[in-house]
Amino acid sequence: MSYFEFLSVNSTRFIDGTLITAMQTVLAATLAIALALTTGLMRLAPNALIRGIATVYIEIFRGTSLLVQLYWIFFVLPLFGITLEKFTAGFVAVGMNLGAYGAELVRGAILSVPRGQWEAALALNMSPAKRMWRIILPQSLVIMLPPWGNLLIELLKGTALVSLISVADLMFEAKQINATTFLSAQAFGTALVVYYVMARFIITPFMRWLERATARKLGKA
Amino acid sequence: MTEELSKYPLELTGGDVPMVRFKNVTKQYGDLVVLDSLNLDVAEGEMVAIIGPSGSGKTTVLRMLMTLETINGGVIYVDGQPLTHMHHHGRLVRASNRYLRQMRSNIGMCFQHFNLFPHMTALENCMEGPVHVLGLSKAEARERAENLLDLVGMSDKRDQHPSRLSGGQQQRVAIARAMAMRPKVMLFDEVTSALDPEVIGEVTNVIRKLVSEHNLTMLMVTHQMGFAKDISDRVCFFFDGKIEEQGAPDELFGNPKKERTQQFLSAVKEAV
Repeated sequence: MSYFEFLSVNSTRFIDGTLITAMQTVLAATLAIALALTTGLMRLAPNALIRGIATVYIEIFRGTSLLVQLYWIFFVLPLFGITLEKFTAGFVAVGMNLGAYGAELVRGAILSVPRGQWEAALALNMSPAKRMWRIILPQSLVIMLPPWGNLLIELLKGTALVSLISVADLMFEAKQINATTFLSAQAFGTALVVYYVMARFIITPFMRWLERATARKLGKA
Repeated sequence: MTEELSKYPLELTGGDVPMVRFKNVTKQYGDLVVLDSLNLDVAEGEMVAIIGPSGSGKTTVLRMLMTLETINGGVIYVDGQPLTHMHHHGRLVRASNRYLRQMRSNIGMCFQHFNLFPHMTALENCMEGPVHVLGLSKAEARERAENLLDLVGMSDKRDQHPSRLSGGQQQRVAIARAMAMRPKVMLFDEVTSALDPEVIGEVTNVIRKLVSEHNLTMLMVTHQMGFAKDISDRVCFFFDGKIEEQGAPDELFGNPKKERTQQFLSAVKEAV
């Protein structure tokens, strides 16, 4: 069987899997960004308790394995009465894990906005919330976008682990195809190429576009 | 702290209240005393120039007034009210954030490095405070900002971002931005120090205009001795955290009494 025959026979499975991977990526990324923003800001709060909560989250999810977290969320949480569907458990685990890395990007970017900007906002008597939201965050966005591009590619590849709790993503389908056809090179080779294409030709150009758009907003382009 | 504060009045009253009063104000970082029991009054509408060698504490004076630095001792009064303290059961205590925000609205500041918001145009920079702090409508804020940009000669660049403006142009926008808040006291912290020599004039001319057209109280830290002499009502020479000598500009520049003032002025003259 030629590779093209292989592809045409298995195309629906690959396409379905790719769509699930794309959905997992989008949902996990949304969750990761929301968590990263919230906990990154919490890490800078004057209140020690708020800082503490964020630190605990970051330490747990950055310091332990994503696979173990996934198993915890899917297999262990039900023991405590929290049962998540496998699809939900998948993107929640990936989103929470990458969100912990993102939190440090957010915090670092906020701290690297020049001190003079904080002072100018204070001299205009802006409230702390307005200062952050209108002056500091927009500028920190430009600083954190390039590392976020990296993180999102990491996130996309991280979603492959959800196949281990039987979410029918690209990796899951590749394994199924391999199990029925024994064409390992073709099955996993295709998965490899699809992940690469998604990272290189969707995420990267999208992030570049975002970087350019924000730079334009700053009047730098 | 409270013991020591009890000797200061809760507020200044009477016919002759200065716009700004520093009373025994001390600032130190660890063992390093930056300002040592500073006493300084600035009358309403007065323009005071602060000169002195670097490290003499002159910028700290402005930063304390803008509440960018805390004070370690003494009390600052602005328009008769304590700036970083407030009344509490008939005593002065450290001010709450809310009280600080209320007091801060009296004061505006321009910085050495302009600190314009890079993600906003010149006009947006000048509208930001009026809209988001004072609660003006967009239309009112725009009118106010346009008038001020006109005053500083930046009307034609109002839709440019700061990165497209020269240093002198950025500083003029920064002056308009601070003025848009209608402060009672304006602070200029070495506003020409980061500028190329050929554009210093455009900024000093704007400040001259403010002095002649507005009855603002101003404090200006500067290295431009000629400018300080022309424009100020009084010059304070700072040395080692203290006012070494102060007086009318003609007096202080023409006939300095203290040896350190003489040394500083002659050193500055040689540099030019």
